[in-house]
Amino acid sequence: MRVHSIESFGTHDGPGIRLVIFLQGCKLKCLYCHNPDTIETTGGKEYEIEELMEIALKMKPYFGKKGGVTVSGGEPLLQAKELIPFFKRLKEEGIHTNIDTNGRILNKFTKELLDEYVDLVMLDIKHMTEEGYEALTGMRNKETTFNFAAHREASGKNMWLRYVLIPEITSKPELLHAMGKYFKDYKTIEKIEIQPYHKLGIHKWEALGWEYKLKDARENTPEEIEIAVEILKNYFKEIKIN
Amino acid sequence: MKTKEFKDGIWNKEINLRDFVRNNITPYHGTYKFLEQPSEKTKKLWDICKEGTKEEMSRNGVHSVDTEIISGINAFKAGYIDQKNEVIVGLQTDELLKRAMKPFGGFKVVEKALSEHGLKPNDQLSELFTKYVKSHNDGVFDAYTDEIKKYRSLGFLTGLPDNYARGRIIGDYRRIALYGISFLIETKKQDLAAITGPMTDKVIRLREEVSEQIKALKEMIEMGKQYNLDLTVPAKNAQEAVQFTYMAYLAAVKEQDGAAMSLGNVSSFLDIFIERDLQAGVITEVEAQEYIDQFVMKLRMVRHLRMEAYNDIFAGDPTWVTEAIGGMLADGRTKVTKSSFRFLHTLYNLGPSPEPNITILWSDKLPQNFKDYCAKVSIDTSSIQFENDDLMRTSRGSDDYGIACCVSYQELGKSIQFFGARTNLAKTLLLALNGGRCESTGTKIVEGIPEYIEEYLDFDTVMANFKVAMKEVARVYNDSMNIIHYMHDKYYYEKAQMSLIDTNPGINIAYGIAGLSIVADSLSAIKYAKVKPIRNEEGLTVDFKIEGDFPMYGNDDDNVDLLARMAVSEFNNELKQLPVYKDAEPTMSVLTITSNVAYGKKTGATPDGRAKGIPFAPGANPMHGRDSNGAIASLNSVAKIDYNDSKDGISNTFSIVPKSLGATEEEQIENLATTLDGYFSRNAQHLNVNVLNKEMLLDAMENPDEYPQLTIRVSGYAVNFVRLTQEQQLEVITRSFHESM
Repeated sequence: MRVHSIESFGTHDGPGIRLVIFLQGCKLKCLYCHNPDTIETTGGKEYEIEELMEIALKMKPYFGKKGGVTVSGGEPLLQAKELIPFFKRLKEEGIHTNIDTNGRILNKFTKELLDEYVDLVMLDIKHMTEEGYEALTGMRNKETTFNFAAHREASGKNMWLRYVLIPEITSKPELLHAMGKYFKDYKTIEKIEIQPYHKLGIHKWEALGWEYKLKDARENTPEEIEIAVEILKNYFKEIKIN
Repeated sequence: MKTKEFKDGIWNKEINLRDFVRNNITPYHGTYKFLEQPSEKTKKLWDICKEGTKEEMSRNGVHSVDTEIISGINAFKAGYIDQKNEVIVGLQTDELLKRAMKPFGGFKVVEKALSEHGLKPNDQLSELFTKYVKSHNDGVFDAYTDEIKKYRSLGFLTGLPDNYARGRIIGDYRRIALYGISFLIETKKQDLAAITGPMTDKVIRLREEVSEQIKALKEMIEMGKQYNLDLTVPAKNAQEAVQFTYMAYLAAVKEQDGAAMSLGNVSSFLDIFIERDLQAGVITEVEAQEYIDQFVMKLRMVRHLRMEAYNDIFAGDPTWVTEAIGGMLADGRTKVTKSSFRFLHTLYNLGPSPEPNITILWSDKLPQNFKDYCAKVSIDTSSIQFENDDLMRTSRGSDDYGIACCVSYQELGKSIQFFGARTNLAKTLLLALNGGRCESTGTKIVEGIPEYIEEYLDFDTVMANFKVAMKEVARVYNDSMNIIHYMHDKYYYEKAQMSLIDTNPGINIAYGIAGLSIVADSLSAIKYAKVKPIRNEEGLTVDFKIEGDFPMYGNDDDNVDLLARMAVSEFNNELKQLPVYKDAEPTMSVLTITSNVAYGKKTGATPDGRAKGIPFAPGANPMHGRDSNGAIASLNSVAKIDYNDSKDGISNTFSIVPKSLGATEEEQIENLATTLDGYFSRNAQHLNVNVLNKEMLLDAMENPDEYPQLTIRVSGYAVNFVRLTQEQQLEVITRSFHESM
């Protein structure tokens, strides 16, 4: 597996204390990406499954009742085929598994991985309109993500939604209502995580020599976050500000 | 309503606090929601105390000193903060924050401490102590060899309790509350009668000691009378139980100024009396909390007269009133009671504070509500520390123990320990590279180590030399300890504390080491990279050139972590071979207090790339910034040090920014509690937890007045951050703050 980096005390990517493995490579190029150095499919470091297992097992006493392993990215499902045996091993050891994905890949490998070995999917809903989605991610066809969500729902296994809240761009009430209406009947969604936009990743864009196009965007005020929460409360049982 | 009788047991027939607690404790599994705010009386008193400590800070750390009276159990008349509001009374002297002279540890130290504040002792006293009375310090230096003096002055052995009181002994302060002093005197008299000939040194000494203890008990009765308390009989209710326990402790801190004078484990003992009164409807929860708040307030106001140099090893004017809270009973029930919560709650009612040094005895089986509350208090105040109850209880054999000083197990009323400060293990390693000479002065310290002539350091050769150096340093260290404790018993015997401990208790001697991470990383560099020593004209190493990478301690890498483990084990084995005064059992700690800064100053460049003079990491911590694989890897490395090789404790200080613990308060609490479960499940022994932002510490350096109660954990204890020297503050800030994005 091509690994970008490993966080051994992850407390913001899934429940409890987690080993977070950031994989290298992503087909999207989201304007706000705070890990732009994970986007290129080249680079990173090759890890054997057993090397990762060794790290996970050393951490296992700290996982407690809720924690476990999160694979994030980049887009982890680009390496779904390689993830299957890894997640199989994790499940053999009784470790909770979680994938943090944009949900754009649904093939026989991702289906096997998700249906058999992934305890929790964190699905990133980028934008509710096609134009907005393209402007933000550089890719068309937001429906793919929705199909992915439908597949997860059909499997009956747990899912969280994640949503980056950017003033003006994704924070508009009509967008939040649209998302709420779309997902309100989903039974597998435990919570939605609001990720307030921040600029901490800018220096990484500069280091890569890439232009950071969201320069003019600003961070949310507490009131704006509160408004978003109030709207989403109508549709989701739990809203978390991450 | 009549208060119910306590359940009988062995404790009715003999002094046995453990049995009393076991038979009468009411374990509590609920939440913290029952806790009450401070009473009006408490608030008024605390305002006066805060004002007093502010004045103290403005007077260069000392509020006032009595220069006339030699302190003792009954040396001063009663002192009050504001009598009408005090439900728990008693001060060390006749005024709040007034310090007293305790010259039997060393008169010169008292003189020095006074002169630093423009004061001097009364002339008669000076004459007495220079001409007629001998102190512990005088005795030690009469017996010290030139060799010991050399090791001491060059910084191989540092902080030895040879000019200050050794402390560490924990009196079983609960005894007065449960039995009353008359019964304690009776018991000691019977003990004394049973100590008979042949009159060997040992027997004579013990007879003299027990007689001293009886005198101390009688003095305590008189001290009680000053406050209109009858300490001869057992406490009749909760208020008296708290008051009598405090009086016992007060007697100890009036007589002694030991470096660390722990309280023991009184909270769940006191809870038995409190619970009885609550059940009988005699008191309310507000009153119960008031007793504890005011007791704790008094403990926070304990002061000793120290000279400024003392600050290098024990920074921030600590007293180590260590109170161990929680843990499990051998029968599987928890020792957590409502009063465990009440003690922790003082950190809200009175605000954060280093004292008392609240230590949570952590067990996997503690009630979850208590675990969560401890985590909450830790996150909110950074004032408490955690130790592994499952490990200590099972390995050391008692469920009735306190923590001596910072991290050390001590069975209450049944055993004591001899404090041994520590040796500089990093400097000892440099002896191995310099033919047994001190790396900074060139003084020959150890015979039998050949001069190192190869261009690169070879691991096996270095290890062989290091072992020779360790053996010699251990020998001299042991010599010094035997002299110190012999003299301390002779000239500054802790008669008050010892009167509250069984006659002839078990003793362990508490040796210590500093510089573990430096040793581990240095050995790793020598083993896995190529290390070339750079030498001056005298052939002493002044620097090292490292070619290639090497694994560093703190990243959960066995290649280096096992070198740390080995170094601890090797030095402990050397110490274990040596005979100890009073047949004490040798134990060792990896603990530095704040001396890691002073040790660093006294140590030349080391093969791990650390430059001359740079502070060591505290305790068993990985070196600052080298634990780059995250918080858990760092914890796992420290957990590999074997407690069996270091039974006096393995101190680890963990600093994390709040956000890295989780997004919400609830998550932070849950994640900290889980981290502690994880760490201790790996048989780790101790963890200090700081949940702080570096920015706040930097701001506190700039604006100390705005942070009078900012408390942070250092190796094994907590300090008011603003009372540290600038150098020590900077050292704290350069430590690894675990942070994630």
